[in-house]
Amino acid sequence: MGVSSLLVLIFAAIAFSAGGIMVAKILVKGSKNPQKGQAYECGIPTEGSPWNQFNVGYYLFALIFLIFDVELVFLYPWAVVVKQIGFAAFGEIIVFLFILFMGFLYAHKKGALKWN
Amino acid sequence: MFSLEGITDAIYSWLNSTFNPTIALLIEFAIVVVCVIGLFAVLGLVLVFMERKVSAYMQIRLGPNRVGFKGSMQTMADTLKLVLKEGLVPDGADKFLFNLAPFVVMIVAMLILAPIPFARNFQMWDINIGVLYVTAVSSLSVIGILMAGWSSNNKYSLLGAMRSGAQIVSYELSAGLAVLSIVVLTGSLQLSDIVNSQQDGWWIFKGHIPAIISFVIFIIAVTAETNRAPFDLAEAESELTAGFHTEYSGMRFALFFLAEYVNIFIVCSIGAILFLGGWMPFHIGNWEAFNHVMDFIPSSVWFFGKVFFLIFLIMWFRWTFPRLRIDQLLNLEWKYLLPISMFNLLLMTLMAIMGWYF
Repeated sequence: MGVSSLLVLIFAAIAFSAGGIMVAKILVKGSKNPQKGQAYECGIPTEGSPWNQFNVGYYLFALIFLIFDVELVFLYPWAVVVKQIGFAAFGEIIVFLFILFMGFLYAHKKGALKWN
Repeated sequence: MFSLEGITDAIYSWLNSTFNPTIALLIEFAIVVVCVIGLFAVLGLVLVFMERKVSAYMQIRLGPNRVGFKGSMQTMADTLKLVLKEGLVPDGADKFLFNLAPFVVMIVAMLILAPIPFARNFQMWDINIGVLYVTAVSSLSVIGILMAGWSSNNKYSLLGAMRSGAQIVSYELSAGLAVLSIVVLTGSLQLSDIVNSQQDGWWIFKGHIPAIISFVIFIIAVTAETNRAPFDLAEAESELTAGFHTEYSGMRFALFFLAEYVNIFIVCSIGAILFLGGWMPFHIGNWEAFNHVMDFIPSSVWFFGKVFFLIFLIMWFRWTFPRLRIDQLLNLEWKYLLPISMFNLLLMTLMAIMGWYF
């Protein structure tokens, strides 16, 4: 079907989700109650804003992930041709992964991979 | 013989001989939309029922057994109940993002279906970078999850979404490296090529030890990527009520739930395609009679059989291993799985170049 299948699938997903939500809206007769809008936490009204600080560790992991994800994208075209090129490609990828691994070890040494 | 390929070909030629090309194309699109929505609905119903029954038998109880034959209509009843519930939007929530999030998750789940070969020559789009496409699109679902957690105006939702995001992006790396080791062997990113290269044996058998290591890493990584136990701390019930979809109710919750189960199906089908030969029947060397018998089983049955075996495996994990803590989870990925899978990729490359595989 080619590229048009993407449009068809997006349409199908939107039709399915929107259809379900619309049907629910038509069928359900809701009632107003101030309690209904409150956050579902523990019963008593919540304190402060939910958008407060969270652990900086998530940020560090996201950064390291970014490096490795870009590396992974570089590996895709390499993986397709490595069998044809042979040992030259193998040697190059060892150098490539070695440099990356050094960076990984550095991050590890600095404690970026430690959760606290 | 009865096969999905025959049915689609018959429908296609009938449409093109009866209508003019534009109308035929539109009708084809309509059929695809109906089929895909049907697949989603059936998958949701079957997988939820399967999950409950498998869990029940593993805990020596009966599970749902009242509605329909042996409780098989239970999920249908639950879905009806969910449709009849009010879809609440909490005060102070970002209404636009809150409503958008289920759509994003559903669209992503739907888009990954495009390059998957469900049976012999039965594929929506045989894209030549299939593996890359699947990896790229599946990583988009984290946007929907973060959107849901952020917009809910709830501390637990936000924490659940952050955990879920960290977990999904981390495990994507080792899943990607495990997938790459099969790409090295086949030399193609096209999913149909990968399946065809397994005609004389599946990669998990042909690829020796590196393929088995890749398979194990892949299964662990996708279990984490789909937020399944023992990696389900994004929605750890005892800590965060329900994680990023705490505030969702009614149909919107049902959409998240459905997308979660469809994602399990999708990652298992990718695993089946890469390691277990997709729709390829099981063949043993030169046992002619045995191979002929195996060929008689339709290719779609092989595909779904393998996928459901992997899904069963993932459900089995849930009742075997206790939940990890977030630091243990990230340690497992960054200190063990990632270095091992990098080393494994090198080993696989050496093997592929030297021709040390069948």
